[in-house]
Amino acid sequence: MVDTVEIVVNGAPRRVTAGATLLELLGVWSLDPRGVVVEHNRRIVRRPALGDVRVNPGDAIELVQFVGGG
Amino acid sequence: MDTPFVVGGRTFRSRLMIGTGKYGDPETMVRAIEATGAEVVTVAVRRVDLDRTAEGSILRHLDPARFFLLANTAGCYSADDAVRYARLAREAGFNDFVKLEVIGDQETLLPDVAGLLEAARTLVAEGFKVLAYTNEDLITALRLEEAGCAAVMPLASPIGSGLGLLNPVSVRTIKRRLSVPVIVDAGVGTASDACVTMEQGVDGILMNTAVASARDPVLMGRAMRLAVESGRAAYLAGRMPKREVAVPSSPTEGMLD
Repeated sequence: MVDTVEIVVNGAPRRVTAGATLLELLGVWSLDPRGVVVEHNRRIVRRPALGDVRVNPGDAIELVQFVGGG
Repeated sequence: MDTPFVVGGRTFRSRLMIGTGKYGDPETMVRAIEATGAEVVTVAVRRVDLDRTAEGSILRHLDPARFFLLANTAGCYSADDAVRYARLAREAGFNDFVKLEVIGDQETLLPDVAGLLEAARTLVAEGFKVLAYTNEDLITALRLEEAGCAAVMPLASPIGSGLGLLNPVSVRTIKRRLSVPVIVDAGVGTASDACVTMEQGVDGILMNTAVASARDPVLMGRAMRLAVESGRAAYLAGRMPKREVAVPSSPTEGMLD
């Protein structure tokens, strides 16, 4: 059994592998890091640092992209 | 000959900027935008749908090498929110321009000018090129210019209303008093609205719904391109004065007895 922790992603609770990096999580959700901007506990994490930041229980993560708008 | 259209130190080939929201399908959106001739296209910042039921990133349809992506802060009701969205948008890595919106009221979507000024000052200090969506109030426009905004964007009428240019005198006054580009944003409904707006002498115009919600968005895109070019040319040409009596165009001499 892999240890999991609960975090909040885009406002919804999700269980993810304990100690996973943000880059690994993008991979789990099949997201290309070049097309997504990641905010971790209200702090933007730049692409080169995504592999260095590990999630802790209760972390809030926002994943955003460009959509149609005026 | 027209002068180049320069905003935030960058020259753009079209004075018409176009939104990417509310199209029926992405193929129509791309064809309509191409028909407008616009180089600047606005985009919004929203959460990724991890369950993949939504459309996904607009970048699947719009080539960032062909279009200049101008991120907006639409939907933000406070300066803090707008600053947060702007920072996220810049991190996407295309440019440091932002179309700043701080909305004050859900029914009218009119700007909260106090929040707008606060957010503009913060973002300018962080190196953003701020294009500020505002109302047609001269004093707010002047304060936005003083705050360092790259362009001021008074509305023609409320967002998505299609009511056209309600206050041409105020928009002309803003244009006359500001040094930074004045780009009318929101409210244009059809080609004549775009033409009349450009005839006021403003530097550019941004629209979305008028094209996206037309029965034929591609044809309306073309109509808007022609209208903006036409209005700009008419402004540069200088219109004749209005008179309330007729003046004959043909000679009054040489008539038969």
